[in-house]
Amino acid sequence: MPVNSGFASLSDHLLGVTMVVYALAMLGYAAEFAFSRFGRTSGELLAVQHRTVASPAVGVLVAAPDRVPVTVGADATEADASGGGMVGSGPTADPAAVALAASRARSAERVAEQAALAALMAGDGADPPTPTRALWVGRIAVVLTVLGWAAHVGSVTARGLAAGRVPWGNMYEFSSMITLVAVSVYLVMLTRARVRWLGVFVMLPVVLYLGFAGTVLYVAVGPLVPALNSYWLKIHVVAAIAASGVFLVSAVTTVLYLLKDRWENRLAAVAAGRADASAAMRTRGGIMMRLPTAASLDRLTYRVIGFAFPVWTFAVIAGAIWAEAAWGRYWGWDPKETWSFITWVIYAAYLHARATAGWKGRKAAMISLLGFSALFVDYYLVNLVISGLHSYAGVK
Amino acid sequence: MNGPAAPTTVPDEVRGQTPAPSFGPPRRAGVGGTGGPGLPRKAAASVRRVWHQLTSMRTALLLLFLLALAAVPGSLLPQRSLNPLKVNEYFTDHPSLAPVLDRLSGFDVFGAPWFAAIYLLLFISLIGCLSSRVRWHAKALVGRPPRAPARPSRLAGGQSWDSALTPPEAIEAARAVLRRRRFRVAVAAEGTTRPDGSPDFSMAAEKGYLRETGNLIFHVALVFMLVGVGLGSWFGYQGTVLVIAGDGFANTLVSYDQFSRGRLVDPAGDLHPFSLTMEQFTASYQPNGEPADFRAKVAYASELDGPIRTAEIRVNHPLVIGSAKVYLIGHGYAPHFVLKNSDGGVVWEGYQPCTPRNAMFASTCTLKIGDTGLPATGPTREPQQLAFNGVFTPTTRLDPAEGYVSTHPAANAPGLTLTGYVGNLHINEGVPQNVYSLDTRDMHQLRLDGPIGKDRTAQVLALNNPGQRTVTGLPGGMSLEADGVREFATFQTKSDPFKGWVLAAAVAIIAGLLVSMRVRRRRVWIRARPEVGPDPGTVVDAVTTVEVGGLSRSDMDGFATELQAIADEVRTATADAGRTRPQGSDPAPPSLRALRPTARPADSTEQEL
Ligand code: HEM
Repeated sequence: MPVNSGFASLSDHLLGVTMVVYALAMLGYAAEFAFSRFGRTSGELLAVQHRTVASPAVGVLVAAPDRVPVTVGADATEADASGGGMVGSGPTADPAAVALAASRARSAERVAEQAALAALMAGDGADPPTPTRALWVGRIAVVLTVLGWAAHVGSVTARGLAAGRVPWGNMYEFSSMITLVAVSVYLVMLTRARVRWLGVFVMLPVVLYLGFAGTVLYVAVGPLVPALNSYWLKIHVVAAIAASGVFLVSAVTTVLYLLKDRWENRLAAVAAGRADASAAMRTRGGIMMRLPTAASLDRLTYRVIGFAFPVWTFAVIAGAIWAEAAWGRYWGWDPKETWSFITWVIYAAYLHARATAGWKGRKAAMISLLGFSALFVDYYLVNLVISGLHSYAGVK
Repeated sequence: MNGPAAPTTVPDEVRGQTPAPSFGPPRRAGVGGTGGPGLPRKAAASVRRVWHQLTSMRTALLLLFLLALAAVPGSLLPQRSLNPLKVNEYFTDHPSLAPVLDRLSGFDVFGAPWFAAIYLLLFISLIGCLSSRVRWHAKALVGRPPRAPARPSRLAGGQSWDSALTPPEAIEAARAVLRRRRFRVAVAAEGTTRPDGSPDFSMAAEKGYLRETGNLIFHVALVFMLVGVGLGSWFGYQGTVLVIAGDGFANTLVSYDQFSRGRLVDPAGDLHPFSLTMEQFTASYQPNGEPADFRAKVAYASELDGPIRTAEIRVNHPLVIGSAKVYLIGHGYAPHFVLKNSDGGVVWEGYQPCTPRNAMFASTCTLKIGDTGLPATGPTREPQQLAFNGVFTPTTRLDPAEGYVSTHPAANAPGLTLTGYVGNLHINEGVPQNVYSLDTRDMHQLRLDGPIGKDRTAQVLALNNPGQRTVTGLPGGMSLEADGVREFATFQTKSDPFKGWVLAAAVAIIAGLLVSMRVRRRRVWIRARPEVGPDPGTVVDAVTTVEVGGLSRSDMDGFATELQAIADEVRTATADAGRTRPQGSDPAPPSLRALRPTARPADSTEQEL
């Protein structure tokens, strides 16, 4: 198939535009964060911190083992029950009562948490107050993201038209597609919830990724090598790209979870009088305050991984079907296959960890990051350093 | 996807600790048939403890990590199953380390005993875990949802209101609502009493059993997949054969250059008796030399005396014959050589496949001619056998720095750079030799006459030019002509009778996973109780308090909304009357309630639990 050079250069130019616009959007999100920090004096900030600590939301989260407040709830019920002259049951007779009380306590905490969270997350005028300037910068950043996204779609489409095939045939194209998926996921999330705070954290890896793709991984438009020319390729690669883009988002939320979790623990220490607010807390507090609670970040991560995992499973299986058609064996422990498998097993471990008491939170977050590292090895180190049958990287 | 503000989820404590709202299987006590009556008590107990430990989630987690970790060296060290040559290289490069790694199965990680130990343990753990989960889930599927807790309205999102219906009517109305929403519903039987002796008007509803079903299908399918992979390796075989255009092969053990089979394959009876001839091989390339397309036109008979059919085998498009598939896995060039004696009589002729070395198909050729007709020479009567080493270049260019190189993989200007040897090849001595490498221990190099001059160590032939493709000056006045080239293809025949099985398991894995990740398991309880008047003990006529509450197991949004919708419908269905209390009639958290224990006198009876 002849390469259409007009579309090819259009695609390259559009990718350049995409990167610039994304970078501007990233600066915009960052500025919105920064401006909201300057909006208050440190004294005000600490006041807000104390208020937050006093609310049950952060209270329950900082008391690291979830059980503490729950037991309080249960005791209260028992006191309540015996105070009321309960008929026919001892203080600990009915575990259901304890559970109900616990659940009730949790729900009250949740409500308070939601409120605090809403306040912390709301970019528009809620507590902590965001200056109008910052709001506008944030809105412009969203508009820029959409524009960049449109240019990105254009670049990928032009690439496909130039080569007369699907635009995911080498690592440069994979990287472009993965970042496109990540930005799309972010934009979709933006329409459903107030997640503008996520912007800077998504755009940073996206811009870095694209920069890497556009320089190190770049190859001119060309046709597919025969081994890649199969409809299973399209299915397998689309699934792998989609899952990777979503995993990328989960890695971002995991890192944010870890940061926020640390911050909440510090805050608890300060609130309990065990520590003084450090200078860092005073200066960077504004940013941390704007992140959702660690618990909601943890849940968000779980949901994102729960979405990506079946897609990844499908990608691996579709890859095996394709391998069967191309090489006559569905699984051969080629380095690429091995690392896809390792990635899959680690994310399966993550899902198990979430269901296992004592492995939630920070340990699960570590597994999530481990899984993403394996994914990174799978995509980049395997192609660039370890070579195997899958050496279609197109990088010379 | 929704924002981070996830509403109500099931408090873990509630899940884990109490019988009623818990979704987990009952704590397994004495799973499986371990510890028969014959065993001493202590031993039975410890066996049971080990079994418990093994089938616990924590062990599964640990084993999953171990499995991931164990796979890593398999991607870092060269593996025999993938590339035995690289393993040999590794041995040469690391002479002291390699044998140690080899003893630890470092070059055969995925067949290593320690790798097998990890996955077998994992699957034993899985099977143990599944056997009890399947039983428990089967019971849940035919059983009733667990009974309502005392105060459903106290669960997250729960609420209560007053209704003019009698308690049984209210429950009936609620039942209808939940049935309409396709919940499985169990109403407390008439005459059932609460622990305090008061009549029990309640119902429990549950939906989303598919979650656990999907999860179990997923895990069971994992086991099936492993079994299918194992059986496939026992009953499968594969053979690789190199075929020069115009030649063919039959599906028998001896036809293959390399053959391997599972331990339960009978090579006499289990190989589908087909035969195949490659009529033509076509490769096409991009102008820059990147491959575009390969296709082999073949004629084959799928039975010994069956009709001949034709087909095209391409990369990604194998030929299917019975349970076997024939794949095109490689290709290359085989120049045609003619060795003539001084009279011009043909002594030997044939195609010699050359091994491709790079993307432009510069290929190494080794030609060994044992039967030259030359007399043995010297005091030890050494035979005068001939051998040639060569580099075949399909599109030949003279590069000032590197000599003759290939600039394109198509045979546009085929060239051959040759060196020759005479002496003892040690073939036909019973020791198998690699046809692609030359042992020149007992040979000496020839000076060759040819296109680039006389008395050279190497000659360069142009195969398309009849005047420039003959080497002369060989011993006994012989000459060697390379008068043409054909392409060869490498085919691999594979048979894995359990592929379909594995594929089915894979489909079940995905289906189970999707269902289990999408479906939410949730329970809704409704309790009605006669309203108690201002004086304790007096029942106000026909006024009922209705309480609704529910739990969802997974961290999913939407249950709060669903519960609200259900509550609204039940409220409408039980309406008619009553002072409707504001939603969440009990706004104070229990900790605050403790401070005002008897806000309403009625509380004393409501606390019966
Ligand atoms: C062969 C290795 C295994 C793999 C790859 C695997 C994979 C998975 C995956 C991906 C999930 C998430 C599905 C969902 O949340 O619905 C899951 C859930 C689960 N697995 Fe496994 N599993 C394995 C072995 C085991 C073993 C040995 C056990 C028993 C100890 C087990 C028990 C469970 C349970 C109880 C859940 C449900 C968790 C929940 O409630 O969220 N699995 N498994």
